Amino acid sequence: MHNFDFAKPTTIADAAKALAADGAQALSGGQTLIPTMKQRLAAPGVLVSLTGIAEMQGVCIGDGGLHIGAATPHAVVAKEAKAHYPALADLAGGIGDPAVRSRGTIGGSVANNDPAACYPSAVLASGATVVTNKRKIAADDYFQGLFTTALEEGEFITEVVFPIPQRAAYVKFNQPASRFALTGVFVAKFADGVRVAVTGAGNDGVFRWTEAEAALSANFSAAVISGLTVDPSGMNTDLHGSAAYRANLVKVLTGRAVTAAG
Amino acid sequence: MPKDHGIGASTKRREDVRFLTGRGVYTDDMALHGQTAAVFVRSNVAHGRIKSINTAKAAAMPGVLAIFTGEDFKDVGGNPAGWLINSRDGTPMREPKRPVLAHGKVRHVGDAYAAVIAETVAQAKDAAEQLAEDSVIEELPAIVDMKQAVADPSNRVHDEIPDNLCFDWGWIEDNRAAVDAAMKAAPHVVTLNLVNNRLVPNAMEPRASIGEYNPGTGDYKLTTTSQNPHLTRLLVSAFVLGIPENKLTVVAPDVGGGFGSKIYHYGEEALVLAAAKKLGRPVRWTAERSESFLTDAHGRDHVTKIELGCTKDGEILAIRTETLANVGAYLSNFSTATPTFLHGTLMSGPYKVPHVYVNVKTVFTNTAPVDAYRGAGRPEATYSLERVIDKMCRELGLDPFEVRRKNLLTPDQFPYQSPVGLLYDTGNYQATLDKAVQMADVVGFEKRAAESKARGKLRGMGLSTWIEACGIAPSNLVGILGSRVGLYDAATVRVNATGNISVMVGAHSHGQGHETVFAQIVAEKLGIPDSSVEIVHGDTSKIPFGMGSYGSRSLAVCGTAMTKAVDKIIAKGKKIAAHMLEAAEGDISFEDGKFQVAGTDKAKTFGEIAFSAYVPHNYPLETLEPGLEETAFYDPANFTYPAGAYICEVEVDEGTGKVDVVAFHCADDFGNVMNPMIVEGQVHGGVGQGIGQALCEFTAYDETGQLLTGSYMDYPMPRAEDVPFYNVDYSCQTPCTHNPLGVKGCGEAGAIGSPPAVINAVIDALQRGGHTHVTHIDMPVSPSRVWSAING
Ligand SMILES: Cc1cc2nc3c(=O)[nH]c(=O)nc-3n(C[C@H](O)[C@H](O)[C@H](O)COP(=O)(O)OP(=O)(O)OC[C@H]3O[C@@H](n4cnc5c(N)ncnc54)[C@H](O)[C@@H]3O)c2cc1C
Repeated sequence: MHNFDFAKPTTIADAAKALAADGAQALSGGQTLIPTMKQRLAAPGVLVSLTGIAEMQGVCIGDGGLHIGAATPHAVVAKEAKAHYPALADLAGGIGDPAVRSRGTIGGSVANNDPAACYPSAVLASGATVVTNKRKIAADDYFQGLFTTALEEGEFITEVVFPIPQRAAYVKFNQPASRFALTGVFVAKFADGVRVAVTGAGNDGVFRWTEAEAALSANFSAAVISGLTVDPSGMNTDLHGSAAYRANLVKVLTGRAVTAAG
Repeated sequence: MPKDHGIGASTKRREDVRFLTGRGVYTDDMALHGQTAAVFVRSNVAHGRIKSINTAKAAAMPGVLAIFTGEDFKDVGGNPAGWLINSRDGTPMREPKRPVLAHGKVRHVGDAYAAVIAETVAQAKDAAEQLAEDSVIEELPAIVDMKQAVADPSNRVHDEIPDNLCFDWGWIEDNRAAVDAAMKAAPHVVTLNLVNNRLVPNAMEPRASIGEYNPGTGDYKLTTTSQNPHLTRLLVSAFVLGIPENKLTVVAPDVGGGFGSKIYHYGEEALVLAAAKKLGRPVRWTAERSESFLTDAHGRDHVTKIELGCTKDGEILAIRTETLANVGAYLSNFSTATPTFLHGTLMSGPYKVPHVYVNVKTVFTNTAPVDAYRGAGRPEATYSLERVIDKMCRELGLDPFEVRRKNLLTPDQFPYQSPVGLLYDTGNYQATLDKAVQMADVVGFEKRAAESKARGKLRGMGLSTWIEACGIAPSNLVGILGSRVGLYDAATVRVNATGNISVMVGAHSHGQGHETVFAQIVAEKLGIPDSSVEIVHGDTSKIPFGMGSYGSRSLAVCGTAMTKAVDKIIAKGKKIAAHMLEAAEGDISFEDGKFQVAGTDKAKTFGEIAFSAYVPHNYPLETLEPGLEETAFYDPANFTYPAGAYICEVEVDEGTGKVDVVAFHCADDFGNVMNPMIVEGQVHGGVGQGIGQALCEFTAYDETGQLLTGSYMDYPMPRAEDVPFYNVDYSCQTPCTHNPLGVKGCGEAGAIGSPPAVINAVIDALQRGGHTHVTHIDMPVSPSRVWSAING
């Protein structure tokens, strides 16, 4: 790790100021950033911790659904979202291990947009809103490919607002080593339709499986999925699974998610 | 009532008090006055010619104290292979020099070609980065695939070795023609091509070394993560740096696991010693996890074709194997023994097979060195054999249990001279098989399979009956087989004046629990509390000698040396008692901690004898020496032969290909058991590693020799959720006939017996599920592989 300066602001405004500095980078739970720095793959001059900002912490019901502060750790979401949005709480409770869940945060995960991360599927399937220090971004506009998002220089996530579906479930199939999602499917049924988001599988990061959405909106049952096909050409191939295997997982896990959503 | 102390008691591990409360002292925990930090500059190409290394800029960086390159070590010796193997045609193996730092060429990603010593690790890293930038390495085509390595003589890992072959070994070459004939004549021949997947050892504690040099005395000290401190001292002294053995102390303090990877001497150890001498300050190095992945000796990596000739009713007539075994870029210390004498000699397993022939070609590649890893050669043999027998059962429609029974050696056939050179002293393979069948409720399997089916899962059952040779090893035998060292062990039992005892043992404990078990044995033999016995290990300045811990040898070999030293103590005690009690030595008996004149109540306690040995106020000094301390060396008469039967049940999810091991039953024969709790723990750990190999672990290099599975993001380790609650039994005991404790060794059994049981179970599940085209899947049977096999 190279040396760096450290700032820990207590308000969003101060954080925005600190992050405007040259070479500054946001630090939330550090579960992605710190290992990268230890390997000397990242060397920010200033780390601006977002975990001391009260407005960016916690889970509560508010306008538009469930508000989760960007610096809220996964473990807190797993516990406090349970009563409001159990599928989301389940997802948070299945990330990494207890240490990762105690430190890693929703904001860090959504900002990082790792193609195998769990949260992006929930954000996209819920049609959530990513709130930043500058604006509100709809989930459909936010995710822009592998590790790429709509966030601009100096912009950071302050909270994520999730509309609460009638029924939902997240089914994750672990990558055997990292235990991130080799493929994960989040199914959310709202009054006006079903949204299905897939993480881990796509060449281009998290995506909506619109064919399944249409079929499930008409008939919310696992049986309708068996009639669909997933085109492997959009899927990722790596050491742990081919595109064809991932395409299969998308289908199998979607069916299971529908069953789990009840 | 189970015993609560001494031999056979499940005494809790005394070392766990320090380990579980954070008071263990590992190499990296030591802070030394004036210490400096070493960081290695490692090749990022798999194969390259070192054109130039410009040290000027790096040397001028803050905190930098010294820089070493391969040039600095070109005149010292190489790190040798411990076994010299001859090829089938009698020519000796090719042994390229393994230098302290790469010189001329780099031969695998991670191969260290320079080292920087600085005041701090961060400074050393900065300078190492600079040095890497200032080094010109011309990349050469990498040799990664073994078949290509042999086929393409133009591209060489070592310029002087034309076909990248270390040797082409035949075992037993004289039997080759007879085996070929038997195979030809066999009514049925089963052929199986398989890969024994390459594994990264992943000890919890990464390798670490500290070199010290005292200019006032000329003494060197190496503190290092070793399973085998005396061997390291020997190699550094006699082969690499030439430091006299009496001027070099090697200390292996608490060591956090090794699984084989810490048996060997590595260049980093020599470097920190040489650097400490140059600087007159301690030099320390601790591997980062990425370095462990790249440079710890890996395990397995065999590509094998096995053929089995049999009758139509499953009597095995002949076995023939051809194996390519990867040794990586350099020969690690045991790398030539592992695929040969620890592998070929086990190829008849626990069966009566008249004809067996094993051919192994060991191949150099631009990958990390490969060497012994828990089980070492024996898991490879067992896997090949148990898989091909399973395939035979399927091809001939035979019951795998019955086929095992038909071919297993029977108790009346011991001692048994195997066709591949071993003399099995004792065993009862039917007993362990019967036990396993009972433990696993084999008759209830169909009902469980139906329950699994109702939950949408395919259930399968797999069996493996295995044997291993451990208690390594008789020096006369291994000498004939090419070993450059003897494989005895040693112990000193020192009775202190106040009657408590320090035992200095050559075995090294890096998780096994020697400190507890060895003390139980000494205490039992002397009739004193376990707590009166302290076990000292891992320090060449304290212990007489030793060949370390590996090959399930600690108790069978070092434990025997210790037992013999205790016997000498008792003999000396009798002498002292005879003097004190004014009786003839022959009339003194020793029992329950008391020396007694036979037929009288005249007696002295062990404590009284000890005290008198050190306060010899009225000793007849011409015939009785003061003091009570004895040393014994023990060289085993034979290997020991643990054996057992393992039954695994799996459930397969057809939709995802995921395999769950839902039950695992082990019926082992380890001979006598000293501490049942520790034996069970060893079996749990071994089976866990075997399940890891079978289900998830693999090591992938791309065609340029980059390690793709170089971190836990991509190298799948088994976790608690991947293993079932093990069902372990060790009640079938045929004590070893040639060591006094009757012990055989239990450390590797689980890793040897379990992989084929898992794979056999997976194939069984798929076959039962109607996927009859799937007759084999190579390990690891990861979800994607199983799914592809089903759908492929
Ligand atoms: C062992 C392990 C297992 C894991 N398993 C999983 C898993 O199964 N599923 C899964 O989804 N994830 C997993 N993760 C990742 C984990 O969820 C991380 O918490 C997450 O990826 C990053 O969150 P963080 O708070 O730690 O972010 P940090 O590491 O602090 O930051 C990550 C990146 O986001 C930026 N950033 C942080 N906060 C903000 C913000 N509010 N606005 C804008 N940018 C910001 C940082 O500058 C940095 O670039 C795992 C991680 C580890 C170490």
